[in-house]
Order: sequence, then structure tokens, then C-alpha cells
Amino acid sequence: MAAPALPEERDRLPPRRAGWRQFRAVLLRDKKALAGVVVLSVFVLAAIFGPFLSPYDPNDMLFEMMAPPSLAHPLGTDDLGRDLLSRIVVGTRISLFVGVSTVAIALVIGVALGLVAGYFGGWIDNIIMRYIDLQWAFPNFIIAVYLVAVFGTGLLNIIVAISLAFVDDFARVARSMVLTIKEEQYIAAARTVGVPTHRIIWRHVLPNATAPIIVQATVSVSYAILGEASLSFLGLGVEADTPTWGLILADARSFISRAWWLGIFPGLAIMLTVLAINFIGDALRDFLDVREVAER
Amino acid sequence: MSRYLLRRTLGALVVMWAVATLVFFMLRIVPGDPIGAMLFDAGDAEAVEALRRKLGLDQPIWVQYAKWFWAVLQGDLGNSIYGSRVPVAQIILEALPRTLSLAGLAFLIAVAIAVPAGLIAATRRNSAADHAVTLFAFLGLSMPDFWVGILLIIVFAANLQWLPAIGYAPLSEGFWPWLSHLILPAVAVGTAFSAIIARMIRSAMLEVLRTDYVRVARAKGLPRALVIFRHAFPNALVPVVTVIGIAFALLMAGAVVVENVFAIKGLGRVLIQGILNRDYPVVQGAILVVSAIFVFSNLLVDLLYAVIDPRIRYE
Repeated sequence: MAAPALPEERDRLPPRRAGWRQFRAVLLRDKKALAGVVVLSVFVLAAIFGPFLSPYDPNDMLFEMMAPPSLAHPLGTDDLGRDLLSRIVVGTRISLFVGVSTVAIALVIGVALGLVAGYFGGWIDNIIMRYIDLQWAFPNFIIAVYLVAVFGTGLLNIIVAISLAFVDDFARVARSMVLTIKEEQYIAAARTVGVPTHRIIWRHVLPNATAPIIVQATVSVSYAILGEASLSFLGLGVEADTPTWGLILADARSFISRAWWLGIFPGLAIMLTVLAINFIGDALRDFLDVREVAER
Repeated sequence: MSRYLLRRTLGALVVMWAVATLVFFMLRIVPGDPIGAMLFDAGDAEAVEALRRKLGLDQPIWVQYAKWFWAVLQGDLGNSIYGSRVPVAQIILEALPRTLSLAGLAFLIAVAIAVPAGLIAATRRNSAADHAVTLFAFLGLSMPDFWVGILLIIVFAANLQWLPAIGYAPLSEGFWPWLSHLILPAVAVGTAFSAIIARMIRSAMLEVLRTDYVRVARAKGLPRALVIFRHAFPNALVPVVTVIGIAFALLMAGAVVVENVFAIKGLGRVLIQGILNRDYPVVQGAILVVSAIFVFSNLLVDLLYAVIDPRIRYE
């Protein structure tokens, strides 16, 4: 992908402290990032408090079928007379949960693999990286589809499939960071005074590798959310009675010529969430001065 | 150059072998026992036993692997266990032109949008056009491709009725029927790809436009267009071509989903239907072919890269 910053270019950059207060200052300047934080907060609140906030039970088939948006049903109702807004609100929870949990798992496994491969080098590096390169040759989504084919559908299997599909991105980022960091003098110093290896990795290498990992995680969350929506849309997602954004769209497919709202609003929810995360990710990338991140 | 070529080609073959092996063993050693589940669907004990023998499942796994691998090398991907047991190779051969047409057209549309957009954004930095391109790139990366497909159907098929909403017409039925069925799905597949390329071209061009040789070209009075297209653009293409290799994967992944929106019986639909029907020979075959397309298109990009960037040839 993009070439890493040249050494002299990196040296010219002013040293920066990357703390919450500094990032808050960035948010106030960068309107896109601020909008991202606001929109994402709304969705996070909906995910946490959704079941208490949503006007109706998402599975109640009590209303007029395919009613256009109105005061009683702001986003209309679907072909079975269920309130679309309530279904989308409930879907938020699955989307965000899958997005965050899969990336958390992928991050832990991938970073661990990358740290070990990069720090020790040699045959360990060789074995780990052969596998990572193999996975790298394929789009994450295709890997996830295949893993679902093997493991079967359902929430837990979806999470396993998407997590494993994203491991290579984190392994590569972590490894390339370690390769630079382990040449630094403070690592040599720590080794000379006899700090044990696991402590060097944990206390000296990892903290200095966090910036690109954070940025990669943000990008990956947006792709994981899109991936979950696609799997659900294809009928390979969570159980069929759980309203997820992808599944609502799949159900709507036959009716979109008569009821546009069924085709528009669930997709809008996906787009706004992912867009918000992308805006935040972009600001983070500038703020933490990270250039190389996998985009798939 | 020829060493580089040879090394890359060998590497691609090794990857294909590894994928085939993984595909074979994962379906057999995973705890969920997908093959067992598939057999269960076959019916009573006698039918199960017959199917086991037919699929060679009564033999040791290494024998199964060797036989399967040998057959795959000869283009025999087994038979679908569903319906009239059509050979998987035949199903895939029918599906392949549809997916390739779709991905190819998506590629053309995406590049046709992305190249001018990226160039305009870079040469008129911070103009309204630049902001529009940036916004387009963000939206393109944030919209699920299947939703773009649904939006296109709502607008261009259901309301305006300009283009068909679903289906596919082979090229033999004429150019327009073929094209008209593919335009909407191709736009849906290409949107994200085009967003990535536009963004790449913009940032690569901005970098190149800052270099000394561009400044020299401008200083000696060359027309702006000449500087941009002869001096800057070819150099900006180097990083872009690398990304195209990765983004081609995006196109194929997109086609898998979007084919299901537009009911195009391409590889993606074959794959998903196979998974939903637990038709594992079909799933295996489709995965192998999709993988082969990735691996060899990546190989092609590597070689293309060597053509564009002379430095690589002397590696």
C-alpha cells in the first residue's frame, strides 16, 4: 500500500503528545470528525437503550402493512405490519456489537501474532507470516463467507468468522511496527540491563506501536459492520428472527418498488454509522500521524 | 525480470495449493461436521451410506485428499449433491462469464469515474470540486454495495423504468440486452472501488505535483496539461496500481453480494446458494475458482507493476 513515511520526513514532524485533550481540540477544529462523534454517539445510545426507547416491539405485527412514514410510524411499517423504526433501533445493537467485538478479538490475536513474529524473527516469523500472507491474498469478506460456510450461521459463528477474517490486518500492522521499534536504543538498553523478553514486549514495544493499531481498529470496525450487514443480507447472518440491518434489507427486497422506505432507511442507518466511524478514523489517522493502514 | 516473473508465478501456485488444501481439510475437521450435516440432509441410513461411498467418505482422509486433488488438477470438481447432480465444473463455467462481465464492467465504470475525479481534485486542491470528490469517496466507502444496488433499483428500474431490475442476458443475445442488465449491478459493485481509487489518485498526484521535476517542467514553460499528463500522472500511477490489486479483491467480493441483489446467477450466487443448500462440492468448487481469480489477478498486477516501475525489474 502507501509507502511508509521517509525517515527524514518523520524527523521533521514536531514531537506531539497524543492525549484525549489534544484530540478534543482536533474534534473542535475538524467538523467532519465532530459530526462523526455526534452521529456515532446517537447510534451507541440507541444500541444501549434501544429496547427502552423504541416506540413498539420490533416483532409486533399489529399495524397496517407497508404504511408509508407517518407520525405514528416515522419510518413506516413493513410487509408484515411491523414498525420499521423499532426494528432499525434493535438492529443497531447487533451491528455495533458485532463490529466492536470482532475487531477486539481480531486485534488481540493479530497483534499478538504480529508482535511475536516481528520481535523474535527467524522461523517463528516465517511460520506466522506465511499464514498471514496467505490470508492477505484474499478479501476479508470472502474469508468470512467461507468460514460461515464451514461453521454455520448464528451470532457466535458470525463473530468468529469475521474476527478470524480480520486477523491478518492487525498482524501485519503490529509486525511492521515491531520491526522498527526493536532497533531503537531503549530496547537495546532494556535488554542490556536484563529486562525479561515478555516485559520488553509488553512495556516497551507495545505502547510504542499503539497509534497505527488504533487507526487500523477504527477502519476495521467500519468494515466489520459492513461485513456483518452483507452476511445478514445474504441469509448467512444471525438467526432469522433477529432484526439486523442487513436482514431487514433482505426482507424488503421484494417490496421496494411499492414501499421505498423499506429499502432506504435500514441502508441509511448502515451508511451513517460507517460514515461516522470513517470520519473519526480519518481524524485519528491525521492526529496520530499514521499512514499505512489496510483498506479492504 | 525473468527471475522476478518466475518467483511470482511459483509463489502464486503455492498459494493456490495451500488454499485448495485448506478448503479440503477445513470442511472435514471442523467441529460442526458440515459434511455430516450434509449427509443428514440426504435422507435415510441407506441413502446416507450410498452418498458416503459415492463421495469416497469411507476411505482414509489422506486417500480422499489425494484423489480429490488429482481430480481438481484435471478440472473435475465433483458433482452437486443437489437435484440432478450436475457437475460442479459445468455450473461454474456457466456462472463465470456473468461474474467476469460484472466485475469487468464495474472496473471500467469505476476507473472512468475515479481517474478524472482524482485528477480534478488534486489539480484544484481545496476547490468545491475537490471537496465534492472527497465527500464522494467517503460516501462510496460507507455505503454497503448491496444497498447501492437497492437504491439503483428503486430509482432506475422501479420508478424511471430505464433499466431492468434483475436478471442477466448473455452477450449472444445482443450487446444492449447484455449491457442493460449489467449497468446497475456494475455501478453498485464499482462504487466503493471507485472511491478508493479516486482517493489514491488524488493523494498520489498531490505528492508528485510537489516534486522538483514537475516544478522544472512548469518552469520551462510546458503547457499545464502536458505537465499533468506526461510528467505527473504516469508517476502517480505507481502506488495506484498496487492498490488496484487489492481493490480488485473488493470488486470480486462486491460481485458475490451484488449478484444476489440482482438475481444474476454468477459465481457469487452459486457460492451463496451452495452454502444455503449445504451443497459442499459446489461451495468448494466456487471458493477454489474465486481464489484462483484473486491469486492470478494479483499476479497480473505484480507483473504490471514491474512494467510500470522499472526499478522493480532490477530487484
